[in-house]
Amino acid sequence: MSKKTERIFVKGNEAIARGALAAKCKCFFGYPITPQNDIPEFMSSEIIKAGGDFVQAESEVAAANMLLGAGATGVRAMTSSSSPGIALKQEAISYMAGSEVPAVIVNMNRGGPGLGDIGPAQGDYYQSTRGGGHGDYRHFTLGPGTVQEAYDLTIKAFDIAFTHRTPVLILGDAILGQMKEPITPWEPENIDEEAGRDWAITGRTDGREKRLIKSLFLEEGALAEQNRHLQAKYDSWKDLTEAEQFETEDADLIICAYGSIGRIAKSAVRKFRKDGKKVGLFRPITLYPFPSDELKALAEQGKRFLTIEHNLGQMLDDVRLAIRTVADSDFYPIYPGNLPTPDELEEPILKCLEGK
Amino acid sequence: MSEMKEKLVFDRPESVIDRPTHYCPGCHHGIAHRLIGELLDEMDLAEKTLMVTSIGCSVFLYNYLNADAVEAPHGRAPAVATGVKRARPDKFVFTYQGDGDLASIGMAEIMHAANRGEKMCVVFVNNTVYGMTGGQMAPTTMIGQITTTTPAGRCQTHEGAPIRMTEIIASLGGTAFAARAALNTVPNIKKAKKYLKKAFEFQLNGTGFGFVELLSGCPTNWKMTPLKANERIKDEMIPYFPLGIYKDVSEEGGVC
Repeated sequence: MSKKTERIFVKGNEAIARGALAAKCKCFFGYPITPQNDIPEFMSSEIIKAGGDFVQAESEVAAANMLLGAGATGVRAMTSSSSPGIALKQEAISYMAGSEVPAVIVNMNRGGPGLGDIGPAQGDYYQSTRGGGHGDYRHFTLGPGTVQEAYDLTIKAFDIAFTHRTPVLILGDAILGQMKEPITPWEPENIDEEAGRDWAITGRTDGREKRLIKSLFLEEGALAEQNRHLQAKYDSWKDLTEAEQFETEDADLIICAYGSIGRIAKSAVRKFRKDGKKVGLFRPITLYPFPSDELKALAEQGKRFLTIEHNLGQMLDDVRLAIRTVADSDFYPIYPGNLPTPDELEEPILKCLEGK
Repeated sequence: MSEMKEKLVFDRPESVIDRPTHYCPGCHHGIAHRLIGELLDEMDLAEKTLMVTSIGCSVFLYNYLNADAVEAPHGRAPAVATGVKRARPDKFVFTYQGDGDLASIGMAEIMHAANRGEKMCVVFVNNTVYGMTGGQMAPTTMIGQITTTTPAGRCQTHEGAPIRMTEIIASLGGTAFAARAALNTVPNIKKAKKYLKKAFEFQLNGTGFGFVELLSGCPTNWKMTPLKANERIKDEMIPYFPLGIYKDVSEEGGVC
């Protein structure tokens, strides 16, 4: 149940910031980097008005560690950045995964490697879905494709973070962050702002035992036990996958694409459908856990696959792993530094459809 | 014969957990822990305390003090503590960091937390060496001091000079209190407690950032007896790292 409000016309970045406030985010830790600056800029005033706090950190490293601190106290907190900045946050993300601290991290993916450019890209897929820092861990990764979805998934991200005591990453890109669309904001109800009452560090009040939020396990067997516990948690997420299927039912060829490219591919699919060609779209929304079962079900119907990404082939691995026993996927890369249009996708899709 | 009555004159503070520490003989961490434990008791802070531990020997502070704690990555304790304090401004927050952690990898975090005037305290244990990793050169290693990575002794032209952190922290706008004490003699330990108390009070009354450096011994990595280590603090460290209060805004009219 939710209270709907009036429609507003906002950028993806602002939608994420508004979604976070609707989800009762109380602390935001930012650092400037293009193309995500609208998020800390919006938060610097709005989260204060909402009774929270904002810090412009001295670095992405510090911002992510502030997030670790706030999250450890059971408070809803968030940081955002873009690719090189997210690389710097990986240290703290690994600690958050290891010590099971809930938090939301936004990555507005830009071109790389290195300084790359400030345009859209999907080159951080591996980093976002494999646990980009050190050690054996995963975290939830959500890939919104529209501005409305960016708002909705931000609310969902906080929900997941606190339900499963995990960092959650929202993976967008420069297209999503800078694109303006009308959205309908909504306010989730019954948010439990004290969800961390059973584990968070809040002070040893009422004579309770002290609590430790830590990821160091030196006693014999203790780390193995902790990693077993974490893996069981990750395994339990496999039923929480989400994907958009568009015109897949009778499709001969399924385009697999996520985020902004998923949206662009959807326009191309529409065009093919107008011409009577049986093309469909499979757009993963949870990138980790990956919607493997749904994809495999399509493969078992004898469909063919073409993965299109704004990188040189990363989600392609997950697509192939999902369908490996029954099918394979072709791949069409869009190189970073280019802004693709639906028209540009026609030729590779047509080639694939005609088996060339 | 009159009845003898025993009177307890010295006991373990309630905030200090009754268990043996992992520290080496002659290490001063135990003294620093006790001073904090005494203050948590005396100032009735234990229940509202959120500790941020760092990387190094002192990571296990949370095993010895009876308060909630979060473990920070190497050098990041002031950033983690910033997040803790901003999220829970009504709690008492402090970090406990060694010299490698605070003055090397964590230099940015400590400088900016102080400069922002975060309402928290930092206990900085300076023993001029990386202890837990086996005695490598730290930013505070003295010129000529032999460590496992300066086998010929620290050379200023090659490794730079030892960093005086309290002086640097005192120069920053958000710092309410900055002082340096040593843990080598009883009078110095008493002074250390006085400084810690003052730093704690500045947080509790919302004035600003409190920083206390504690010159400490590491007999194991200095390859000295504990007594020799205490002498080294007096003869070599204190002349380079002078003791005293470097900033106290209660005597200056406050920070903005």
